[in-house]
Amino acid sequence: METYNGKSIFQGIAIGKILFYEKHQTEVKRYKVDDKEAEIKRFENAKEVAIAQLRKLYEKACKEVGEVNAAVFDVHAMMLEDGDYNDSIRNMIEQQEVNAEYAVAVTGDNFSNMFAEMEDEYFSARAADIKDISDRVVSVLCGGNGRVNDLEEPVILVADDLAPSETVQMDKEKLLAFVTEQGSTNSHTAILARTMNIPALIGVSIQKEWNGKMAVVDGFTGTMYIEPTPAVLDEMTEKQKKLLEERELLQELKGKEDITKDGRKIKLYANIGNVSDVAGVLKNDAAGIGLFRSEFLYLEKDHFPTEEEQFFAYKTVAERMAGKKVIIRTLDIGADKQVDYFNLDKEENPAMGYRAIRICLTQTDIFKTQLRALFRAAKYGNISIMYPMIISVSEVRRIKEIVAEVKEELTKAEIPFGEVEQGIMIETPAAAVMSDELAKEVDFFSIGTNDLTQYTLAIDRQNAKLDDFYDSHHPAILRLIQTVIDNGHANNCWVGICGELGADTTLTETFLKMGIDELSVSPGFVLPIRKIIRQTDSTN
Amino acid sequence: MKTFNYKIKEEVGIHARPAGLLTREAKACGAKVTISCNGKSADATKLMAVMSLGVKCFDEVTVTVEGENEEEAVTQMEKFFQKNL
Repeated sequence: METYNGKSIFQGIAIGKILFYEKHQTEVKRYKVDDKEAEIKRFENAKEVAIAQLRKLYEKACKEVGEVNAAVFDVHAMMLEDGDYNDSIRNMIEQQEVNAEYAVAVTGDNFSNMFAEMEDEYFSARAADIKDISDRVVSVLCGGNGRVNDLEEPVILVADDLAPSETVQMDKEKLLAFVTEQGSTNSHTAILARTMNIPALIGVSIQKEWNGKMAVVDGFTGTMYIEPTPAVLDEMTEKQKKLLEERELLQELKGKEDITKDGRKIKLYANIGNVSDVAGVLKNDAAGIGLFRSEFLYLEKDHFPTEEEQFFAYKTVAERMAGKKVIIRTLDIGADKQVDYFNLDKEENPAMGYRAIRICLTQTDIFKTQLRALFRAAKYGNISIMYPMIISVSEVRRIKEIVAEVKEELTKAEIPFGEVEQGIMIETPAAAVMSDELAKEVDFFSIGTNDLTQYTLAIDRQNAKLDDFYDSHHPAILRLIQTVIDNGHANNCWVGICGELGADTTLTETFLKMGIDELSVSPGFVLPIRKIIRQTDSTN
Repeated sequence: MKTFNYKIKEEVGIHARPAGLLTREAKACGAKVTISCNGKSADATKLMAVMSLGVKCFDEVTVTVEGENEEEAVTQMEKFFQKNL
C-alpha cells in the first residue's frame, strides 16, 4: 500500500479502480499499407466495436433520458453502416494503399464538409455528428480507451488537471472521485465534485502507473491509498457505510416544506450545469433550479450551439421540472471557462476581462440566439432568465432593449414564446453597492458569492497559493450581502444566493436571519440545508 | 413504377432522426425507393445521401417506388411519410 496526501475539496469516501486520464491525441498519421485486405478487415472490426459502443450508449440513454433523446446514438450507429461512407473508406484503402485511421479521418472530413456547407443550421449541425462517429472509429483503431463516456465500471478519475470542457462530457454515473495534481478549491472541477456529491482531492502527486490499480480516496482527511491493505479497506468501507447511513437519515426530509420555525417560507433550489443533472435535482427534492449554468452548451461543442440545440436543452429541463422554477443564466464564458471557437484573445487577467455579459453585449448575435431559444422554451415551463457579471444599471437597460427586440422578432415571425422573470447575478462589488438602483430594474437578485468574494477580497480563485488568504466568511462579504438583501426588499425584488456560500451549512442560519429569500445549492446539499432551515427561528 | 408527392410538415425537415427512420422503412419495404427534392435525388436506403438532400419543412419531395411489390410498398411509404414527416 502507498499513501498520498492532497487537499480535500469535497468530503466522502470512494473505493474503486483508478483511471488515469490523459488528454487524448487525435492526430492521425498517414502511412502505406501492404496488406490492403487486412487493413479493410481492421476497419470493419473497429467499426463493429464502435457500433457496439453506440448500441450500449443508446440503451443506457433510453433508460436515463428517454427514447427520443437517445435516438442520436441510434442514428450514429446507422451512419456508420451507411453504404456511401463505407464505400469511400474501403476505396481509399484499396486504391491509395493507406492505413484505416487515415481513410476514416479523411472520409469523415469529406462528408462532414458536405454538410457543413449546407445553409440550414439543422443540417449543418450534422457535420459534427459525422466527425463524432469518425473520431469514435479512429479512437478504436488507435487502441485508445480514453473515452470516459464509455466506461464499463465506475472509476476514480486521476488527472493532471481537468478542464470544464472535458468534465462536461464525462459520464457522471461512472465517476467515484476526482484526484488531480493541479486545480484549486474553487476551480470548476471542485464545483463539479460538489454538484455530483463525490469526493475530490487536489494537489496530489499523481503517477501514470496507477492506471487500473485499486484505490481508496478519503475526502475527509485528504488521503489517497493505492492498493490498500485489507485493514485499511475494511476501515474505509465501514466509514463509507456510516456516511451513507447519515445521508439515508436525511431522506426523511424529502417532501417536507422549506419553512423556518417562525413560518417563513424559503425557496430552496438547486444548481445544475447540464440537462442530465435534473435527475439529481428531482432525487434530492429541490423546489426548483436556482442556477442553470448554460455554459455547458458552449463548452461541449466545437461550434456555437444553434438556436435549436439550445431551445431543445432549455425546453427539456423546463418540461422535466414540470412547472417548478428554472432559472437559466445566460452564457458565462471567459475567465477560466475558455472555448476555442469564441477566438477570445489571451488576457493577463481573464477574471476581470472580456467575459459573460460583456461578450453578450458586444457580440449581440450570440446573445440574441440564446435569448430566442430561452423565450421559446419558456412556453414549456416556468423559466426565468438571469444575467451574469453586471456592474451597472445601463447594462441592464441595454439588455432590456435587446430582449424587446428579440420578442418583437419572435412576434413578427409568429413564433410562440413565453413570459419570464428576469434577474441579475450580484457578483461584482459594483453591483452590490448599486443594488438599490438595480433592484428597480429587475425581478430578482442572485448573489454569486464565489466571484463576489474573489473581487471583493482581490483574491484569484484559480491560484491555489492564495487558498489560505481566501476567507469566504470575511465580514466584508457578509456586509455586502446584507446590503443587497435590504436594497432588494425595499424595491420589491427577491434575493437569493447561488454561490458556494449558499451551501455552507455554518452560514445558513446567518443568511436566514439576514432575510434571504432563496438559497440555491448543489443538489447534494438540498436536504442538509432543509434540515437547518426547519430548525431555525429567523426572528432571533 | 409508382410515385407520390409529399409536402414535409416536420418542423426541422428530414434531419438525422427522421432520415434514420426513413432509411430503415425503405430497406424494410423491399422495393427500390428514391427521393427527389430541389433537383437532387437519393436512394432512400442511404442515410447520408438522404440527409444530404437537405429537405426542409414545407419542401415538396417526390417519392418513387419500383419493384415487384410496388403496390404495397408505395402505400407503406406514403403512410410512413404522413406519420413521421
